[in-house]
Amino acid sequence: MKKYPDKKGYFESYGGRFVPETLMPALLELESAYAKARKDDLFLGELRHLQETYIGRPTPLYFAERLTGHIGGAKIYLKREDLAHTGAHKINNAIGQALLAKKMGKKRLIAETGAGQHGVATATGAALVGLECEIYMGSEDVQRQALNVFRMRLLNAKVNEVNIGSKTLKDAINEALRDWTTNVRNTHYVMGTVFGPHPFPMMVRDFQSVIGKEAKRQMLKTEGRLPDYLIACVGGGSNSIGLFYDFLRDSVEMIGVEAGGRGIGSGEHAARFAGGSIGVFQGCKSYLLQNDDGNVLGTHSVSAGLDYASVGPEHSFLNDLNRVHYTYATDEEALSAFELLSKTEGIIPALESAHAVAEAVKLAQKLSKDKIIIVNLSGRGDKDVQQVARIKGIEL
Amino acid sequence: MKSRITKTFESLRANGKKAFIPYIMAGDPDLNRTMENVLLLEKCGADIIELGVPFTDPLADGPTIQRAAERALEAGVTLRKVISFVRDLRQQSGIPIVLMTYYNSVFKYGDKAFVHDAVNAGVDGVIIPDLIPDEAGSFIRLSNKAGLDTIFLIAPTSTENRIKKIITASRGFVYYVSITGITGAKLALDDTFMEHINKVRSLTNKPVAVGFGISTPEDAHTIAQVSDGVIIGSSVVKKLFEHPDSAGVFIKKLREAI
Repeated sequence: MKKYPDKKGYFESYGGRFVPETLMPALLELESAYAKARKDDLFLGELRHLQETYIGRPTPLYFAERLTGHIGGAKIYLKREDLAHTGAHKINNAIGQALLAKKMGKKRLIAETGAGQHGVATATGAALVGLECEIYMGSEDVQRQALNVFRMRLLNAKVNEVNIGSKTLKDAINEALRDWTTNVRNTHYVMGTVFGPHPFPMMVRDFQSVIGKEAKRQMLKTEGRLPDYLIACVGGGSNSIGLFYDFLRDSVEMIGVEAGGRGIGSGEHAARFAGGSIGVFQGCKSYLLQNDDGNVLGTHSVSAGLDYASVGPEHSFLNDLNRVHYTYATDEEALSAFELLSKTEGIIPALESAHAVAEAVKLAQKLSKDKIIIVNLSGRGDKDVQQVARIKGIEL
Repeated sequence: MKSRITKTFESLRANGKKAFIPYIMAGDPDLNRTMENVLLLEKCGADIIELGVPFTDPLADGPTIQRAAERALEAGVTLRKVISFVRDLRQQSGIPIVLMTYYNSVFKYGDKAFVHDAVNAGVDGVIIPDLIPDEAGSFIRLSNKAGLDTIFLIAPTSTENRIKKIITASRGFVYYVSITGITGAKLALDDTFMEHINKVRSLTNKPVAVGFGISTPEDAHTIAQVSDGVIIGSSVVKKLFEHPDSAGVFIKKLREAI
């Protein structure tokens, strides 16, 4: 199988670089610095050391026995990215990029954040390597993820509220790109997902692919065989590609779960494959929720991390190949999975990850007991507790 | 055949003059007003008009143009409507029109259909801030064949190799972005700027117009000394929206300064 992306950053027809010229030299510089770093034993050694001693890798692969028993079908394993430092998989990428930025002599890190996990992870990476940090976050997300905003500030990052457009993740990315365009000479933009212009989709995938590599090793050790299914939620798509990537050549089925919001018919969702078409947005070509005139549609999800109008170009490629099956879970299904996992396993998942759990519940009951599913539990739910209480009408 | 934009620059050059290129957002706050504004700009001495097409996510633009785009989207203005606006405008005016649009609007329209419709309506050129020559191969071929000028942007960060590539891809004129930043930001005319713009001009005979951050007659005067044309967006958009009555005076001052 051919390696993707190609030299111009394309996964067949998806990806590329659709950015203002001002950013091009920075992207070329990043591409070449990353090409060196990925072959540099010193860099890789340092990253591995931090993965083990700072992030807490490998994260466990946990057999969710009570959840499995409750459903009464296939065995469900959870890849516990929620146990990584800062509470989500985002740290895998943020530490990698922070190290790289430091090596490139940049003074400052900026990032966008939706749920706040990537903002926290980038602020953490900046604190770790000693760089300044500014985070852009939509004002709607600032409100629903207040806890993470405070965490970022504790970590010495400046948090800028974005009050334009839909006031969510896509607007935060626009602002971060504007900042980068202005301060490109001393600033590195830590893109938080497998999106944007080349080399971000490739580089972020590589930093996240540690998830799948570990899961494969752990599964072979525990069960002596590969799993039958992998399930992960897909916002931009970094935790899912992180889990899937090392299994792409194996005979393992993969399911990506998008945000179904209030249902596809309602128009209030972020299911790009179910409701989108191909477009060019924020640096790359991929599936996009847009109208007939190419303007980008508003999205809705109970989970800020999945509330985004486009999806990583490699996912569009894998969708067209039918290598990964993309489906969605509604807000309601995710909330019910959020509670189910909390009750049966004592694990409160992030609302993003709860979308993947919801799909696992649906799938496991249709499968026999000898089948195995791995769910990427991409983050923990502490950040969502207040919002869930609000939705349930409970005052804390 | 020489394009209308090329002819404009040639005649300016022959008279020792520089182009005044104001930018306005089509449909801000509606297309009737845009028609009045275009005619006003022409009357006040604009040589070429850059007409913005509203987009939901204008990542190269600052707050002034973002808000103008929101007003235009609110009024239901789309790329299709802007093209038909230009067709209407051609009943009254022959001033060269350059559309500034983000690539997704064109992509969704279809490159081929867009080039065809734009040329037929009387559009002279197109600027797409998020389409670099590296990604524009087929778009450039289509446009060249149809006689639509493709104007690409050079940034202060562009290397010599990239400058050459962008010059080659550009027709009509080359757009030099004065600052690392977004539209409406503050201009900094330092030695680095002078060195870089001189470098660009030494590499081409094509006209070089400068935009981003130019907001006052003083800025415009300075930029006119080192370029073939001055592009002024945010401050014109702001004036036309906030103080339409005195906009004519302001625009004339810009014209005189160039």
